[in-house]
Formats: sequence, C-alpha cells, structure tokens
Amino acid sequence: MNATVAMTDYRRNRIHPKKFALLIACASIMMMFAAFTSAYVVRQAAGNWLEFRLPDLFYFNTGVILLSSLSLHSSYLAFKRGNTRLYRLLLAGALVLGLAFLALQYQAWQALAAIGVELTTNPSGSFVYVISGVHAAHILGGIAVLILAVLHAFILPHRLTPTRKLRFELTLIYWHFVDFLWVYLLLFFTFQS
Amino acid sequence: MANVVTKPEVHEDDLLIEEYGYDDHFHEHHHGDKYQSNFITTYIFSQDHKMIAKQFLITGMFWAIIGAAMSLIFRLQLGFPEENMAWIKPLLGKWITVNDAGVGSLAPEFYYALVTMHGTILVFFVLTAGLSGTFSNLLIPLQVGARDMASPFLNMLSYWFFFLSGTIMFLSLFLNTGPFAGGWTAYPPLSALPQASSGSGAGMTLWLVSLVFFVVSVLLGGINYITTVLNLRTKGMTMWRMPLTIWAFFVTAILGLLSFPVLVSAFLLVMFDRGLGTSFFLSEIFIGGQALDHVGGSPVLYQHLFWFLGHPEVYIIILPAMGLVSEVLSVHARKPIFGYKAMVYSILAIGFLSFIVWAHHMFMSGVNPFISNFFVIFTLIIAVPSAVKVFNWIATLYGGNIRFTAASLYAIGFVSMFISGGLTGIFLGNSAIDIQLHDTYFVVAHFHIVMGVAAFFGMFAGIYNWYPKMFGRFMNETLGKIHFWGTMIGAYAVFWPMHYLGMAGVPRRYYRFDSFAAFGQFDAMNQFITIAAIVTFGFQLLFVINFFYSIWKGKKMTTRNPWGATTLEWTTPINAGHGNWPGKLPTVQRWAYDYGKDGQEFIPQIQPLGKDEKESH
Ligand code: HEM
Ligand SMILES: [Cu+2]
Repeated sequence: MNATVAMTDYRRNRIHPKKFALLIACASIMMMFAAFTSAYVVRQAAGNWLEFRLPDLFYFNTGVILLSSLSLHSSYLAFKRGNTRLYRLLLAGALVLGLAFLALQYQAWQALAAIGVELTTNPSGSFVYVISGVHAAHILGGIAVLILAVLHAFILPHRLTPTRKLRFELTLIYWHFVDFLWVYLLLFFTFQS
Repeated sequence: MANVVTKPEVHEDDLLIEEYGYDDHFHEHHHGDKYQSNFITTYIFSQDHKMIAKQFLITGMFWAIIGAAMSLIFRLQLGFPEENMAWIKPLLGKWITVNDAGVGSLAPEFYYALVTMHGTILVFFVLTAGLSGTFSNLLIPLQVGARDMASPFLNMLSYWFFFLSGTIMFLSLFLNTGPFAGGWTAYPPLSALPQASSGSGAGMTLWLVSLVFFVVSVLLGGINYITTVLNLRTKGMTMWRMPLTIWAFFVTAILGLLSFPVLVSAFLLVMFDRGLGTSFFLSEIFIGGQALDHVGGSPVLYQHLFWFLGHPEVYIIILPAMGLVSEVLSVHARKPIFGYKAMVYSILAIGFLSFIVWAHHMFMSGVNPFISNFFVIFTLIIAVPSAVKVFNWIATLYGGNIRFTAASLYAIGFVSMFISGGLTGIFLGNSAIDIQLHDTYFVVAHFHIVMGVAAFFGMFAGIYNWYPKMFGRFMNETLGKIHFWGTMIGAYAVFWPMHYLGMAGVPRRYYRFDSFAAFGQFDAMNQFITIAAIVTFGFQLLFVINFFYSIWKGKKMTTRNPWGATTLEWTTPINAGHGNWPGKLPTVQRWAYDYGKDGQEFIPQIQPLGKDEKESH
C-alpha cells in the first residue's frame, strides 16, 4: 500500500471519491454538449439553415452502441457472480461493439457527404459533424479504457477484490454515460430539425 | 551534549487530537512512502497539495510580473504617444519602429497584442490559476481535515497542464507574426479568420491550444476540490461548520466545471472555422481583395458561448478572494464573521445568478432589446447578495478589536475596492446607460477595480496571512504595510480617473487618440494614469522581494497558531509533512468562528463543546 491510496481510505460518504469524481467529470462533459446543442438551436433560429434527413446508419448505429452497453453491464454482473467465461466473453463483446460503432459512425459521415451534406455545406451539417465527431472522441477514450479492462480480464486471475470491482464500475459508468450521451444527441438531431 | 535531554514539547492541540481524533491508520501506510523521497518528487512532480499550492502561487507570480510589465508598456504608449521608445528596442526588437529622426514608437499591432496578452494572462493565469489554484490547494485539505486531495495524482497533473498552457502562451510571444492581438475575449472574425490580422494566424493557434490545456487544468483541479470537500471532510466537519474559505472554493470549483467546458465548445468551433472551412462564426466576408466562401456564420453566437463562461469566470476569480477576506477579517477582528449563514447563501446565490446574466456584456452587439431586459433584471439582482456580503464584512469589523496587519489591511482594502467597483457595475447593468458606457474606459475602470484590484487584494490578504503556513516563516510586516498603502493609493490613482474618461466616451483598446479633438483634454489625465501605474508597479516589486527574501530569511514561526485562529490548518505541526497530521486526524467539534466566546479569545474547532455550552451559529 502506498500513501496515495491510504489518503482516501477514510472517506465519509458511501460513494467512493473516485466514482464521485467521475460523475462530476461526466457533468462537465455534458455541459460541453449542452453548449453545442444550444449553439445549434440559436444558430438554427437565425435562418439560412439547410434541412436534411440524417442517414439511417446513424439510427442503426445507436442500436450497436446500446448493445455494447448491455454487453458490458452483463459482463459486470457475470464478474460479480464469478462466472469467468461469461465475464470475459461479454467484456470482449462490448469492446468489439464499441469499435464497430466508431467504424459505422465513420460510414455514416460518408453517407452524409454522399447526400451532399459536407462539412462546410451549411452550418446545419457542420454541427452534425462536429457534435458527433467530438462524441466519437469521447467514445475513443472509452475504448482505451475497455482495452485495458479486457487485458485485465484475460491476464489477471478472476478475483473480486474491491479495487477491481471499483475499476470495473468506473469503466461501466463512463461507458453508459457516453452511450446515453449519443442517444440524447440523436434524439436532439431528430426532433430539433 | 550527551546529557542535555530536551523534553519534546507537548502541544495542547496534539493532546486534543490524540484524545478526540480519528485514527485512520495513516502512519501504518506511511512507512515506505516513496512519494516524498527525492528532490524531483518533493519539489517538481510533487503530489502533496501544499507543495502544489506553492507551485501555483509562484507560477502565478511569474505571470503577474509579465502581465503587469506589459501593461506598463502599453500605458507608456497611451500616456506619452510622442515620447521616444527606442530605449526598449533591445527587448521588443522589431515591435519598436524607429523613424528617420531616431524616434522609436510602439507598433500598433503589438500594442493590441500587449493588451490581449495582458488580459489573458491576468484573467486566466494569475487570477484563476494563481489565486484559486493556490488557495484551494493549500486550504481545502487542511481546513476540512483531510490528508490530501481525493486524487493527489490528478492534482499534480492539474498543475502541470497549467504549466504546459503557460509555456505555450509564452512561446507565442516570440512568434514572428506576434501573439494573438484580438482582445482577451477573442471575438470572431479576428479569432476565427487566420488572415484577419497578424496575430490571428499562428498567434491565435497557440492561444487556443494554450487555453484548451488551461481548461484541462481547471477541470482536473475542480473535480478534486469538489470531491475532497464533499467526500473527505473529517469527522464532525459538517457543511455548516466549514470555514467560508471552503464554501467559496467549493462553489468556485462548481462554477468552473459548469462553465469552462462551454468555452472549450466555443474554441472547438473556432478551430473548425479556422482550419476546416466551416462557417459557425464567420459570415460573408470580403478581405484582401477576395470574397471568402463562408456564409451565414454568426459572430454573436460566439459571444453568447464566450460570455456564458466569461461571466461565471469573473466570479470564479472573485469568490475565492471573498472567502479569504471573510476568514482574514474575522481572525484579525477577533470576532465571529457576521451572518455566517447569510454569507453562505450569498455565495450560493451569486454562483447561481452568475449563470443567467451573461448577455449584459452584449447589450450593444445587436441582441434583441427585450431579451436585454431579462438580463438587466438578473444583473441588478446580483447586487443584492453582493451587498449582503459587504454589509456582513463591515459588521464583522464593527466594534472588533482589529489587529492591523498587512493581511487584515488588504482584507479591508478589498471591501473598499469591491464597493467602488460594484457600484459602477450597477450603472453598466442598465442597458440604456450601457449604450454610452459600453467599450469605454468606464468598463475598464469597473472591472479593474471590482475584479482586478479586489481579487489581488484578496490574494495578498491570503498570502500575508497563510505565508507562515506555507513556508514556516513570516513576511516582513513593515514592508507589507508599505506595500499595502502604496498599492491602495496607487490602484485608485490609476483606475479612478478612468471613470471620467469613460463617461466622456473615450473608447477602450485604442492605440492613440490624437485624431479625436474631443479627447485632447485628457492628455494630462492619461499621463497621470501612466505615472501612477509605474509607481504602483514599483510597490509590487517590494512585495516580490519581501516574498522571496522571507522564504529563507523571514522571521521564523515559533508557535503553531500565530494569529490565534480556530481553523484546522493551524493544528498541524509547523512543517507538516505529506498527510498533514503526523498521527490521528483531528475531529471537529464546533463551527469555525468561535472568537470572543464566553470570555475566551478564540476556541479552536477541535475543542469539544463545554458542558453547558451551546454551539453558536
Ligand atoms: C454589482 C455587480 C456587478 C454588475 C451589475 C456588473 C455589471 C457589468 C456589466 C453590465 C458589464 C458590461 C459593460 C460593457 O461591456 O458595456 C460588466 C463588465 C465587466 N464586469 Fe461587471 N458587474 C458587476 C460585478 C462584477 C464583478 C464582481 C466582477 C469580477 C469580479 C466583474 C467583472 C467584469 C468584467 C471583467 C467586465 C468586462 C469584461 C470585458 O468586456 O472585457 N463585474 N459588468
Ligand atoms: Cu458579467
């Protein structure tokens, strides 16, 4: 045990400080997207705004990311129950689905360009690219964490220590957060136009 | 020597902590702490919040000197536009152009670059990082009774991102095309169009990158501050027992976490406009004989996003100063802070209101006047919690047994400055009056007094008061008082006359005024301001000398609690190690302001309530 860990051993609330810190970080990421979407609304009200239909791929892809969340959650449950095989399998599944989401988002941008909405065509399209792009960057961060989790799962023996449980929960919170962030963004794009 | 046995002095606080403290088995972990073992981990990549606080402070001071020196150079231009500036050419190089007669003058582009850098540096690097970074780090763990921040590692990163951000900004000063020159608010098109001015190219790119790193630093710090306050308070430290410093830092961190991400969003959109041809903020523009492809962008949209951060940012700057001042006033008046709960509620109210007033910076940018009404009302309402705080500070002083130290003088000076600058805010908050005053020196006077000078005063009060806690020595009091009087008089001499300039309509950010006959009458006033600024700067050098001299040669601290304060930071050993308390953690038995209660001069927070004693609030 080193001093850094010991520092937080005497916390007063039931929620772990690291988990709490992550929730705050999520709130601040949320503010960033709130800013983007409010800018979208304000700019839209000013006119000169191209209306277009989002490519279906964006909707299909939402299913992919939701499945990834589901897979990760089930993996977490399996991890807690001690079912090593399922834990590893579903965790890897979540990672693969996450990667698939990124690849498909890229396809969706190309589909968008194919219908004539390129990055610089009109702010309405620019916003979609920028917002989904910044979201993808946050997914990328999640993928990095998932890769670590997969490495842990396959290399370390399956043990339900508090540290590993905490680590898993942190991963889970972040991944659920970026997934539902995407659902919010998609609903926003759909109903705001 | 051998038979001289020095009995280790037993400190009363240690006995209290031993008896009532909370054993978190800290010492057991502490063996084998590799974190403080060598020079690099102690002084450079330190994870000890006390060391990180000093890093923020000294880096902040470095930037304050640079930023202030810049202001002197552009003040010379404003006060003495005809004077020969060739003498400064060795430092500024090609930014001083020397004509055939051998008379050197400041290049106009560089004047704008200096104004821009001055604002950016002072607002972000000095009064945000240097103030809240320093004191949140120093005081949050110490005053809530924690071993360190929730994540000492992220805390260390927070400092190093700040350092990186500063390094990038510093490099931008040496660009051939100069640093960014479009004002600290970086409005488009100057910020979004690389060819708009010489500083809009590489200078703006570095400015953006630097500030994005800066935001990362603020967020990492803020996450830690909030988590530490909510999760790591020691036993007995309820929210209502927290010193006002902690309340202020806590709300400041929340404001930062909610507003800085919005700034990043705005910056990202600017980056897209600059590099990838989008038109978020750029409308149809014809420049350099050429029509650009941009269509339909809205520069006002940027202003909304910027001021959504910008206004909370000014409270991010002033709230920590308010917290420090409340604490210093109470300690040195030897009286409980007047209206503790009202103070907390005002902090919360100011924090909340600061999010719904941003468009008062935009009354003149063509926003709908009906929307302006909404913002006028909330802007004026902010005056209410501000006035409550001022009233409470004065009531705290009233009838107090005031010790006039450098720290308490600065705290009193803060109140004076905050009143002067707050009153002018009420003028500006009326959108009709703002038609005349917007973008004049009246605004410059307003925000320098209420934010610039006041926040500096809060910071100085904090430094003089907690210097012994940081370095185990005192700063020289006489020099400190001279520093105070020089700065107090000097600051008013610099900024008071600017109100008159502004009322007469003299616009801010102009390089020279000689083509405006109406402003010729102010030449003498401008010279006076410049001279006052130079003299005031001289007094700051006194502070810098005092600060560094005292680190090594200052009067040594011999008792733990030199000011007779009640809060926990003064119960640690004089040179506390990483972890702050060597044994148990103190537990808190009472609120933070028991001064002059039941005939006792002060009662530390670790002292249990007496038998029939009621806890005061
Ligand atoms: C009673 C409270 C206050 C009111 C009603 C108020 C109102 C205003 C208004 C309306 C403006 C815009 C003026 C213009 O550009 O035409 C302004 C500018 C400004 N205020 Fe205040 N203010 C108040 C307190 C403060 C405080 C406490 C701070 C900082 C700690 C502050 C910092 C600033 C700054 C930095 C600017 C100018 C920014 C710029 O344009 O560069 N104000 N204030
Ligand atoms: Cu404001």
